[in-house]
Amino acid sequence: MTTILTETDTHTLSVYVANKPGVLARIAQVFARRGYNIDSLTVSPSVDGRYSRMTITAKGSVEGLDQILRQVSKLVDVLRCTDHSLDEAVVREMALIKFTTKAGERTEALQICEHFGCKTVDLTEDSMIVQITGGSEKLEACIDMLGKFGIVELVRTGKVLMARGRQET
Amino acid sequence: MAKKSITGADALVKCLENHGVEYIWGLSGGAALPIFDALVDSKIKLILVRHEQGASHMADGYARATGRPGVVLVTSGPGATNTLTGIMTAHMDSVPMIVITGQQIRPMLGKDAFQEADIFDISMPIVKHSYLVKDTRDIARVVREAFHIASTGRPGPVLIDVPKDVSSADFTGDLYPDMDLPGYHPERATVDQPTVMAIAEALSKSRQPVLLAGHGALIAGAQDVLRALAEKIKAPVTTTLLGKGVFPENHPLSLGMLGMHGTAYANKAMVECDLIMSIGSRYDDRIIGKAALFGRNAVRIHIDIDSAEFGRMIKCHHYCHGDARAVLTELIKHVGELNTKDWLEHLNGYKKKHPLSYKTRGGLKMQHILDVLNDMTGGDAIITTDVGQHQMWAAQFCKTIKPNTWLTSGGAGTMGYGFPAAIGAQFGNPDKEVWAIVGDGGFQMTLCELATAAINKLPVKVLVLNNRYLGMVRQWQELFFDKRESGVDLVGNPDFAKLAEAYPGAKGLTLKRAADIRKVLQRARDYKAGPCVINCLVEKADNVFPMIPAGAALEDMLIEAPKPHVKLAKPTGST
Repeated sequence: MTTILTETDTHTLSVYVANKPGVLARIAQVFARRGYNIDSLTVSPSVDGRYSRMTITAKGSVEGLDQILRQVSKLVDVLRCTDHSLDEAVVREMALIKFTTKAGERTEALQICEHFGCKTVDLTEDSMIVQITGGSEKLEACIDMLGKFGIVELVRTGKVLMARGRQET
Repeated sequence: MAKKSITGADALVKCLENHGVEYIWGLSGGAALPIFDALVDSKIKLILVRHEQGASHMADGYARATGRPGVVLVTSGPGATNTLTGIMTAHMDSVPMIVITGQQIRPMLGKDAFQEADIFDISMPIVKHSYLVKDTRDIARVVREAFHIASTGRPGPVLIDVPKDVSSADFTGDLYPDMDLPGYHPERATVDQPTVMAIAEALSKSRQPVLLAGHGALIAGAQDVLRALAEKIKAPVTTTLLGKGVFPENHPLSLGMLGMHGTAYANKAMVECDLIMSIGSRYDDRIIGKAALFGRNAVRIHIDIDSAEFGRMIKCHHYCHGDARAVLTELIKHVGELNTKDWLEHLNGYKKKHPLSYKTRGGLKMQHILDVLNDMTGGDAIITTDVGQHQMWAAQFCKTIKPNTWLTSGGAGTMGYGFPAAIGAQFGNPDKEVWAIVGDGGFQMTLCELATAAINKLPVKVLVLNNRYLGMVRQWQELFFDKRESGVDLVGNPDFAKLAEAYPGAKGLTLKRAADIRKVLQRARDYKAGPCVINCLVEKADNVFPMIPAGAALEDMLIEAPKPHVKLAKPTGST
């Protein structure tokens, strides 16, 4: 089996882990070893404080990813590791966008922000920071639109994900 | 009366005792002082080694020969890092091992304090699991979990890093705590009935099956049911290098070892078969050759306790997640005798046409010595090896009849493994004859353990097949690099027999002529007061065949040396 991976779709994995030292490093090693770049990663405590939830997005071939799922699942501190790329899971991301606004541009900028449901969290004479939440495509579109004002800084949280209905994340 | 207080180190040692630990192989040092102190009052025997790598291989050899986890205790920093080769060796070959490392005190961690090494992180890719104990109260739980993890499912090494202030503090916890392993469920590998039925169905249609048994079958103790299955369905059995011993190699259905230096008939069977059933083997690159071509006309079946191995190297038609013995015990109920008469006759033809062979004329040959050794020990001895030509010839000529009598570093290919592994095996089997078959290269990596063997009066026999070369690399340079030798000539070797005699209680023998093989080996067998090193001055340059060049297809096996004018392409696969 070839180990040279072809860039394909982005996969979104949810990993449910025991909240123990080293668990993130162990998971990151599996990805690195198989030549996968992690695009984004979020870690947070779950409702039961003994466990944490990780949402990881990574690109690579399906076969390679299947191996990663198996190897991550095998780690002693991992309870489960699921690829949600093909589910209808709820996926959200948040971004803070800082961009410059020259005189006369602010109204247009605010209109765009309103359209995307952004919240203005900082406002100065010549710059703004807005907060946006939503699916990744929505964020991309908003960042695209605000690009013309000159984006100074962009911070994205990475995806968080939850399976719908009774399905386990 | 107030309860006598115990330290974390006392608790640690108590827990090891409770797990039935007989021996600890180790080397002391500052950060491990409290634990070494606690061992003074313990019934556990501490075996002081001369280098920490030796300790890790001894624990490995003990574990492979007895099935019980081997325990290593070393100090922090270099003491810990010196065990890494042994941990990696155990990890690659699924060997249960507990490695306890002393560590700097907690307030000094991350400050590059004296002998501080972040062994928890350094060892992470080569352990099954690991712990840095930050609270004395956790010690008993960690030890219990470590033994459980190391010895269940697919076994492997577990490292426990214990800061000195943790081991020296008062222990107030429970010595018999519950485990807290919500993500570890080896018991879930239960036999899936529909999968077993599908495999039985596939088998029933096969006329040219091969059973491929690996280390997983040995670990599961599947030897009896494997033999019963092979005899019931009349299927030939080949084993991997690590699977040697799970099926008697003197059985008519045995094809011996397959792979890069396996028998011609085993590899030919893999090419021509219509069904391959791997039982606890991971379809390693050393046995499949070019993956895309491996078993391409056969129904491929993979039985493994570790489902992360499924599809990793070879795509199969049937994957069965489970313990090899449990799966075969179920499978054998649903299969009958297959019509393999023609197939077995055909393979017997190959056995007659391409037997393992060597020339007895000319200089002293490794193969000849090993053949005689095999004849003398009759499969009763435990044999360990290093890595290289001697290892492959030992695998070919030393017929393994019983489980856990063949100990070799397969996945890792660790030179220096054989001798300390033999020491560990001898500790675990004091009444058995133990032979370490080593090369002059590998032996020099861990021969300081002659002291350990001598002091403990272990009658380990060290057969040094001394060709004054790193022979396997020289073979590759001869075959694939126009005989341009680079970094393989071991000029300056000591006289290994004299070297042995320098250790009180050890014996040194020299073997120069083929006519003396039996006599010298017998003298070694008769010496029981301590280790015996036999310096065998064998022919300098000889090559191991059959050989499948790395990355070539199995059908491109070189059964014997190519004609001098034949130029071989540089291998492209693995290494």
